[in-house]
Amino acid sequence: MDSALTPVLELTGIHKEFPGVKALNDAGLRLYPGEVHTLMGQNGAGKSTLIKVLTGVYTPDRGRMVLQGQEIAPASTLEAQELGISTVYQEVNLCPNLSVAENIFIGRYPRKWGMVDWRGMREAAARLLHDLEVDIDVSAPLSRYPLAIQQMVAISRALNISSRVLILDEPTSSLDEAEVQLLFRVLRRLREQGMAILFVTHFLDQTYAISDRITVMRNGEREGEYACSELSRLALVNKMIGAPAEAQPAEGAAGHGANAQAAAGLPHGSAAQGELPLAQAAPILLRARGLKRRGVLQPVDMDVREGEVLGMAGLLGSGRTELARLLFGADRADGGSIRIGSHEGIFLTPREAIGAGIGFCSEDRKLEGAILSLSVRENLVLALQARNGMLRAIPLKRQQELANDYVKALGIKTASIETPIGSLSGGNQQKVLLARWLATQPKLMILDEPTRGIDVRAKQEIMDYVTALCRKGMSILFISSELPEVLRCSDRMVVMRDRAACGEYERGQLDDESVLQVIAGEAA
Amino acid sequence: MNAQTLPVPLAASRYGSIMTHALFKPSAALAVLLLIDLIFIPGFFSLEVKDGHLYGSLIDIVNRAAPLMLAALGMTVVIATRGIDISVGAQVALSGTVACMLIAGGTPMPAALAAAIGAALLCGAWNGLLVAALKLQPIVATLILMVAGRGLAQLLTDGQIITVYYQPYFFIGSGYLLGLPFSLYIVAAVFAVVALMMKKTALGLFIQSVGINPVAARLAGLRTATLIFFTYVFCAACAGLAGLMISSNIKSADANNAGLLLELDAILAVTLGGTSLAGGKFSLAGSVIGALIIQTLTYTIYSLGVPPEVNMVVKSLVVFAVCLSQSAEFKNLWKRRK
Repeated sequence: MDSALTPVLELTGIHKEFPGVKALNDAGLRLYPGEVHTLMGQNGAGKSTLIKVLTGVYTPDRGRMVLQGQEIAPASTLEAQELGISTVYQEVNLCPNLSVAENIFIGRYPRKWGMVDWRGMREAAARLLHDLEVDIDVSAPLSRYPLAIQQMVAISRALNISSRVLILDEPTSSLDEAEVQLLFRVLRRLREQGMAILFVTHFLDQTYAISDRITVMRNGEREGEYACSELSRLALVNKMIGAPAEAQPAEGAAGHGANAQAAAGLPHGSAAQGELPLAQAAPILLRARGLKRRGVLQPVDMDVREGEVLGMAGLLGSGRTELARLLFGADRADGGSIRIGSHEGIFLTPREAIGAGIGFCSEDRKLEGAILSLSVRENLVLALQARNGMLRAIPLKRQQELANDYVKALGIKTASIETPIGSLSGGNQQKVLLARWLATQPKLMILDEPTRGIDVRAKQEIMDYVTALCRKGMSILFISSELPEVLRCSDRMVVMRDRAACGEYERGQLDDESVLQVIAGEAA
Repeated sequence: MNAQTLPVPLAASRYGSIMTHALFKPSAALAVLLLIDLIFIPGFFSLEVKDGHLYGSLIDIVNRAAPLMLAALGMTVVIATRGIDISVGAQVALSGTVACMLIAGGTPMPAALAAAIGAALLCGAWNGLLVAALKLQPIVATLILMVAGRGLAQLLTDGQIITVYYQPYFFIGSGYLLGLPFSLYIVAAVFAVVALMMKKTALGLFIQSVGINPVAARLAGLRTATLIFFTYVFCAACAGLAGLMISSNIKSADANNAGLLLELDAILAVTLGGTSLAGGKFSLAGSVIGALIIQTLTYTIYSLGVPPEVNMVVKSLVVFAVCLSQSAEFKNLWKRRK
């Protein structure tokens, strides 16, 4: 980076405290025009808080923010936008029932003779999206499109507001590879135009593919700022975790020493293979036959064995999540059957599936998981209490025990078990939701993207804990977009493509390369 | 208010200021009103015993607030699940009408009361079915019964006021037990049963979960539709009881006016009590206090000799002030000024 340039945006000495948690402690950030700057750090490192300070969602307790030589103190996102700081948030924050065009121009509808110029708006929206190489019907409601497209709409909305600084908070967590490349093309174009882009992600590959510089945050502080080319992946992971990568505690499970290596995206050869006990011989726990739902999933046959991790790979929209939802009764299958224990037939409601010993961590934490204003304890006991029934209330003392036990076992960072779950960081919320299911002691745990939007450390903690449970006989259906993760954790793997299962593989049968070929539909 | 939320307010009042307690604001508003009464209305707090009954302004207010308190209790649970029931007034009219017609026609009182409450429960089941099973928007779904319920009552009575002369029936709305109005015992009993259920069962946790995030609640294994259905049935049962009280009190069934706009007062009481219309966290005690605020306000305005034409405006101003004090946005504005 040319140090002769002055930063377009500089944050220094930012402090922000929440009840019981020091979220930001002397944090800082420098952004130069024409760069893609990646902000990295573990869950709870303060990335999201820093961005919320920057965009006027939170007011910092102390600190200075300077935009193009002028000190700023945005009091709302609107003010930040007017200053030229636009944000695309982690979870898409648009209005699903409005049209795509309305979402892009919401609050700034173009006018003609005092009336909204609907036609002009639609044309402008189509043009903006076309620039992102997304050609869709902009008059259709947003909810009709997949998350990835919604993300693009959010980005074009941010771009449309005249921006000097564009912040992308985990924009790629729900995008598939092709869409990520599309996004990066757009980012590179914007970089050439002199835009300062702040990119928050947990994906190391993407960090190295697009960034010029990296700021690493840890425990609410700025650990350091590095030129991307001068920082190795292993060094980066070390700086995020704050300990030598080799020395990480691998709680519960043996043989996860390769984790830091794998997390850093380094090649992991046969060393990582064959560590988990092979489960082929184990009896079948769940047998699904011809499970289908019209327009959503072609008939799928699948077996889950006792005590195994069954990985499920495939692109967004390949039918992974859809299959999981049918298995759990979240959506109703219109054909096929599921046999687990004494149950035979499809599940009509999640309640039935829970009764049969299935737990389900949804990919959408905010919408389908957390009950935001309830406490950690209440969120944690909810599924168990629901299974027990309303009348058999779990005594408060037992609830506290459960909550304390899981907070400790999963390393959940929270001020207390009575803290509302909404004030925890994403990774910690996810751990609470995981605990919600573990408390019901399921025979089969379905984890749909349990590590989406979560940092390396929390990911590893969650997976370690889960694999340890597998050794005690619990089965896991593990869905993830991150192929290395699926390959590393699974005993067997099902690959989904075009709303159907297209292959089932034993551990060691596939490597990254050949799975990609199966997913892409080329001969394996 | 219930077992699930208890620890937080307790902890807050133990370690922090009592002002952070959820019931502080509604209680304070009621206290201010009572203080005004103390200053401006001579003998407001005096109670006297006549024929073994307690008499006085306070008793009068509580007695008159009884139907509203009941309606507010039912409404609280519905609102906590993100719903609303605007047919409460119609249910009041219907249950009163059924009871009075049957009693006037010579049906034994227990059967008449059961029929009246049964009619209310049917109303609740109808509302619950529309909202929970057919997923109609609650305000639209209950609008149907708001019109139809009163219409049915008017049809039954031919639009006439049906008067009853049956002493035992009058006891519900104007009788005394151990020196206190009998209606208070009804309210206390309903409150106690519901509060006990919140404390001893997981009902409170379930209602809040459904109110805050229905999708997540269903995935966690809750019977969300069943729960929502029964909140409307409960709300209707409360309205039915209120209908008996009102008709017994005026010794007649007035299908045109009984419980008219009671639903709005009930919603107001719930709001004044600190329960958000967005659903989720709720406070039964808050709603009872809210109902008392409304009745005390009415009483105060009349007693102070404010001309009737000013009455509504004054009432709305007070309500506006209380609501403003609960607005987070307003609080932020206030802080920023300072």
